[in-house]
Amino acid sequence: MNRYPLWKNVLVIVALALGLLYTLPNFFGEAPAVQISSVKATVKVDKSLQGRVEDTLKAAGIVHDGIFSDPNSIRVRLTDGDSQLKAKDAIEKALNPDAAEASYSVALNLLSSSPQWLTSMHALPMYLGLDLRGGVHFLLQVDMKGALTKRLDATGADLRSLLRDKGLRHAGIGREGMNLTIKFREAETRDKARSVIADAQPDLQLVDAQDAGSPDAPFKLVGTLKLQAEKRIQEYALKQNITTLHNRINELGVAEPVIQQQGADRIVVQLPGVQDTAKAKDILGRTATLEVRMVDDENSANPAVMEQAAKGQPPLGTEYYTERGGRPLLLRKQVVLTGERLTDAQPGFDNQTHEPAVHLTLDSAGARIFKDVTRESVGKRMAIVLIEKGKGEVVTAPVIRSEIGGGRVQISGRMTTVEANDVALLLRAGSLAAPMDIIEERTIGPSLGADNIQKGFHSTVGGFIAIAAFMSLYYLLFGFVSVVALASNVMLLFALLSMLQATLTLPGIAAIALTLGMAIDSNVLINERIREELRNGESPQAAIRAGYERAWATILDSNVTTLIAGVALLIFGSGPIRGFAVVHVLGILTSIFSSVVVSRALINLIYGSRRKVDKLSIGQVWIPGATK
Amino acid sequence: MEFFRIKKDIPFMRHALVFNIISLITFILAVVFLVTKGLHLSIEFTGGTLLEVAYAEAPDVEKIRNRMIQDGFSDPQVQNFGSSRDLLIRVPLAKDSDTAKVSERVMASLQAAAATNAPTLKRVEFVGPQVGKELASDGAMALLLVVIGIVIYLAMRFEWRFAVSAIIANLHDVVIILGFFAFFQWEFSLPVLAAVLAVLGYSVNESVVVFDRVRETFKKKRGLTTPQVLNHAITSTISRTIITHGCTQMMVTSMLIFGGVALHYFALALTIGILFGIYSSVLVASPLVMWLGVSREHFIQPKKEKEEAVV
Repeated sequence: MNRYPLWKNVLVIVALALGLLYTLPNFFGEAPAVQISSVKATVKVDKSLQGRVEDTLKAAGIVHDGIFSDPNSIRVRLTDGDSQLKAKDAIEKALNPDAAEASYSVALNLLSSSPQWLTSMHALPMYLGLDLRGGVHFLLQVDMKGALTKRLDATGADLRSLLRDKGLRHAGIGREGMNLTIKFREAETRDKARSVIADAQPDLQLVDAQDAGSPDAPFKLVGTLKLQAEKRIQEYALKQNITTLHNRINELGVAEPVIQQQGADRIVVQLPGVQDTAKAKDILGRTATLEVRMVDDENSANPAVMEQAAKGQPPLGTEYYTERGGRPLLLRKQVVLTGERLTDAQPGFDNQTHEPAVHLTLDSAGARIFKDVTRESVGKRMAIVLIEKGKGEVVTAPVIRSEIGGGRVQISGRMTTVEANDVALLLRAGSLAAPMDIIEERTIGPSLGADNIQKGFHSTVGGFIAIAAFMSLYYLLFGFVSVVALASNVMLLFALLSMLQATLTLPGIAAIALTLGMAIDSNVLINERIREELRNGESPQAAIRAGYERAWATILDSNVTTLIAGVALLIFGSGPIRGFAVVHVLGILTSIFSSVVVSRALINLIYGSRRKVDKLSIGQVWIPGATK
Repeated sequence: MEFFRIKKDIPFMRHALVFNIISLITFILAVVFLVTKGLHLSIEFTGGTLLEVAYAEAPDVEKIRNRMIQDGFSDPQVQNFGSSRDLLIRVPLAKDSDTAKVSERVMASLQAAAATNAPTLKRVEFVGPQVGKELASDGAMALLLVVIGIVIYLAMRFEWRFAVSAIIANLHDVVIILGFFAFFQWEFSLPVLAAVLAVLGYSVNESVVVFDRVRETFKKKRGLTTPQVLNHAITSTISRTIITHGCTQMMVTSMLIFGGVALHYFALALTIGILFGIYSSVLVASPLVMWLGVSREHFIQPKKEKEEAVV
């Protein structure tokens, strides 16, 4: 007798039922949708917004197919692409009456059209990779050295005001590579300064040094960042950059963007559905940082010096820049403030001149620095520099009329309303803590994505049919059972991928096909073994039992070795390889279950309970010597 | 239906030396091609920019290439991809230019080359130099991990002799696949690397099936010499070997037919891997086990292992 205990049968049934349930959403396809999310921290997506969206659609006479909300967004499912566009326009108009000051981003998206009850139990369709749905993928490398030098520059500025506050005279503070050097005339001052700095800047490691080369200031303190501090700064820089990217992408309304850290210093950005690479790169590539610096007015007014500077030889401690509008300027290298001190930036108008302007709000530390600097520099010019892709542009360089306290700053001058908006957006979306470079880019057109799905699907189906036909012919009923087991393997694999929401890519589909091709091996092993046992004269029932039992050791060994290869790919693979490896590994696991447990359950169902079995439908069993 | 009606064990081991010499020659040839011709690595490894564009009418490839050279691209590769209306353009990494902007410059150049027949962009891939280097080293690490993992597993489950022969036989497959890619200058991309590593796992699996039988035969049948045991093991698994690989190959063939250009080399690597996988596990791994001197005593000494005979 070959019977499974009840629990095993239940296990098989439960597994297959769950498999079916979680595979289901994949058959419903996707429907066009509109996604609404907030772009401002202060504007929340809530029930009232959902009501507004509903009313808007009703007013516009657009029939929708359900509104879904999660904490971050509201999604409206529509019946066709045409009403999707209409709905987007209508909602956009209703929610963002002033396009310049949009509070919500309204984006086109796709939603699964599976019924609500499936969605509510987290049965979602597989998450398709960009190569299947189309979109843009970027890998960005964060320049960590840049983050550190930036921090050292800022620390240098802090030290200057610190020493001044304490009345300690120094003979210059400067950064050389990754070192911060502070020069002193007397050893005594240096000792005092050291304890003051050590208290105020615990991140700095201070070392005394002598500089024989300059007799008037021979005493130096060399500060380097402590290792922990370096690590912290780098982690912060990465986090800050991710947040910034989030903000920027949200402002531009991309549905379901993926922004993730990869490794210690990389960020992956995936924008599904975005086809316009130039625009996408523009969004990311606007790696703008803001700096406030003082203008070297004396030298900027000197034509001879400016001529030299234009040739690349600016006076010591200054840098050559061009103001918006083309006028050249010399700026001091010292940075007064960076964009990190900024808490908000809004476009608006100057109260007196009614010129377009950008209103900035600084945090408390920024406000204090700004107050100090403006108090000391009344009548001088201050430049606001926007640095994009390593190139700085002076947005404006106004004359400081009076001390500016309270942390509210206004930038105005030579700006149109649109420019004011742009600058505000860029500044609000945050500055990057460290510069970034695109080191990998992949763009896939939507037609190519659909094409890839189709090709992958056809390959799998073609191969499956061929295998099914062959197995059924060669092993008859046992072959058919193997095919059913193989089909349940596909189903379980799909269900697992849907449940885990692992990304399915074209290599992933290839892995499905390959895994199926390999999974049949277990059934071939079993069937061959059963035939062999029959050939050796075993009774049918005993042959089934012996066949399954003997084949098991082999199946286990061979799958473990395949699994080792899969896991190695998973660990070391990235991008396309990872997509392949995930499916491959999962497929091996499901195949062990389906080819051994599921097929045995079926065979038991067919033969197990019969008292007497004369012959197994496993194809001809040739016994040497018997036929001839 | 039954394909294999084998009355007696086929004396594979009698010709072991011949097979090993054939293997050695193919292996050496593969290495020679790898060294002299090298692999045609895709931009994923070398770094650079790749664009896939579609035209409404078949464009003049030569004209486009000339235009691109004129526009300052050094050594651009322009080739048809799939059909005469689809083009694949590869631009190597340039040190000075802003790499992220290359794809836009290429598109501008393409538009200039054929104003009336403007292309549509289907796919862009840009890989920076640091990524490429990492991929190559990660690939090597993955290969190493697979080799070590499999050797350890097989040494534990069987015997070190089996582990060593299996891994030698299957690395020989990997080198031969690479040899094919070098000889025909097929593009070696990431999916191909995945295929190569999958083949490694897959054909070890093949050797495992044979070894499993060897172990079983050693334990069950007394009085057989080692070559006889090996012959018996191979003969009794040969039908499974052929059928399994046939099935896998059906799937892979289906990929070759329906999978289009994207899966072409992936499927091709698998095909070669499957063919040589059969050959190597049967005719390379087994003789190696024999040369390494495996014998009955290796399996019956510890009492624990006896239980496994039934499993």
